[in-house]
Amino acid sequence: MQNKTIAELSQSLQQGEFSSEELTRAYLDRIDKLDAQVNSYITVTADGALAAARAADEQRQAGQAGPLTGIPLAQKDIFCTEGVKTSCGSKMLDNFISPYDATVISKFKQAGAVMLGKTNMDEFAMGSSNETSFYGAVKNPWDLDAVPGGSSGGSAAVVAARLAPAATGTDTGGSIRQPAALCGITGLKPTYGRVSRYGMIAFASSLDQAGPMARTAEDCALMMNVMAGFDEKDSTSVDQAVPDYTTSLNDSIAGLKIGLPKEYFSEGLDNDVATAIEVAIAEYKKLGAEVVEISLPNTGLSVPAYYVVAPAECSSNLSRFDGVRFGHRCENPKDLTDLYKRSRGEGFGAEVKRRIMIGTYALSAGYYDAYYLKAQKVRQLISQDFKRAFEQVDVIIGPATPTVAFNLGEKTDDPVTMYLSDAYTIATNLAGLPGMSVPAGFVGKRPVGLQIIGNYFDEARLLNVAHQYQQTTDWHAQAPEAFK
Amino acid sequence: MSLERSDVDKIAQLARLEIAENDVPEVARNLSNILDLVAQMDSVNTDDVEPMAHPLEMAQRLRDDVVTEKDRRDQFQTVAPQVENGLYLVPKVIE
Repeated sequence: MQNKTIAELSQSLQQGEFSSEELTRAYLDRIDKLDAQVNSYITVTADGALAAARAADEQRQAGQAGPLTGIPLAQKDIFCTEGVKTSCGSKMLDNFISPYDATVISKFKQAGAVMLGKTNMDEFAMGSSNETSFYGAVKNPWDLDAVPGGSSGGSAAVVAARLAPAATGTDTGGSIRQPAALCGITGLKPTYGRVSRYGMIAFASSLDQAGPMARTAEDCALMMNVMAGFDEKDSTSVDQAVPDYTTSLNDSIAGLKIGLPKEYFSEGLDNDVATAIEVAIAEYKKLGAEVVEISLPNTGLSVPAYYVVAPAECSSNLSRFDGVRFGHRCENPKDLTDLYKRSRGEGFGAEVKRRIMIGTYALSAGYYDAYYLKAQKVRQLISQDFKRAFEQVDVIIGPATPTVAFNLGEKTDDPVTMYLSDAYTIATNLAGLPGMSVPAGFVGKRPVGLQIIGNYFDEARLLNVAHQYQQTTDWHAQAPEAFK
Repeated sequence: MSLERSDVDKIAQLARLEIAENDVPEVARNLSNILDLVAQMDSVNTDDVEPMAHPLEMAQRLRDDVVTEKDRRDQFQTVAPQVENGLYLVPKVIE
């Protein structure tokens, strides 16, 4: 049961092989037995899940089931969930029970999906290894000595370890694609504005975007059919028609023009990862795609520009955590400044404080032009690189990450080295483009992710390109030995 | 770029963050390293480049100036650290 995809589970439920309640119980049992090894859930909502499963079974009996009715899912703990703790991986929100649902959560509820629980994550989505979580690091199900990636590390781990058929993630600089790559699952970061950010705790508002993390591109398409769409509660939500993402999955990709950015295959890329990606590219040629080399000349500036833009926006967004209206408050504040400083000093972890401070510095009097304005200009150059590339090609393909998963503890003392593990994913966020990571082999025990980047609102094509690859390869169907 | 102890204190004050005295040297070192990374942006000339604030060229949407939210103050205040008569309590601000 635990190796079935959403598409397969949906069919089994419809044919009456098992009920949603039985399926949900089976997943809750697995979580109970196995999650201690990976630490992928912050909160498990067993009672709510069983109630939702029973309601879904009734809906099915009444002949009102959709593709996600009764399907168990895990939600990243960045999404507000009414009546359920929403911690964002932080001590600051350890006591926070959300009074409302994020739009993404409401949409899954309306679709009849069952929430199993909330997944572990880097604190406020700031991290690339899930080691900044207040609730402890998540371990990679493929190799318990390795990180799962971040910030959606818990979501990637639950999917890889078969502790949920699929999960939601968010991606500000690679936080869906990098953990998807490191955990050997399929993840999609949609175009900025495609999925509502309402009720998704904000990190960097001009970059944040939610998306699906699942075994297959087909499952990502099924989830996107629910998640995508205009929301008047999100001022940057885009009012554009949402296609049925499943209808084009089986289209032929013969004649597809794929661009390989030479900057993604240069210094810094691990040789074994490069080899796996070359094998995947050969597979695409067999499927009839045409492959050309392209250049994204400003790629090297994406990490530097990101570490101004993202911290600047984070320092502003996280000013709402002040110990007054919700979240952690220090004991016995002597005055208001002391209340703010100690509540924030105690509530935030080291990485979050670092980014707030970088952002505060970059926005402070006298430094704005040198940092924030400069970064916005570099962001424009990076975006123009992609615009030129998409005049020549349909999609861009390359590695999702420079290396496979690194060891737990390996990069925690050196923030800058940690930041560079997102070297291939960050540019997409700065430009606002959609990107995917698809399983494409292993180096030793650790998975390799193939990144596919598309033009604005071209998610259906990305899913098609990924799905076609998954019809002729089986990397996505493999399970870690300990979690089969 | 090398930040001094006094720089860290100033930034922490602006950000309303308490940084433990013992942690200041490490924070200064880490922030300096990040600013060195960021300084790589200076390698490219951007004099004639339009700054990009937002990934999509779109205008801010407007809505009618009417109340659409229900009053849920009581519910929102259940998660507040300290409230009284519908007000949020903080230490005395004006003597």
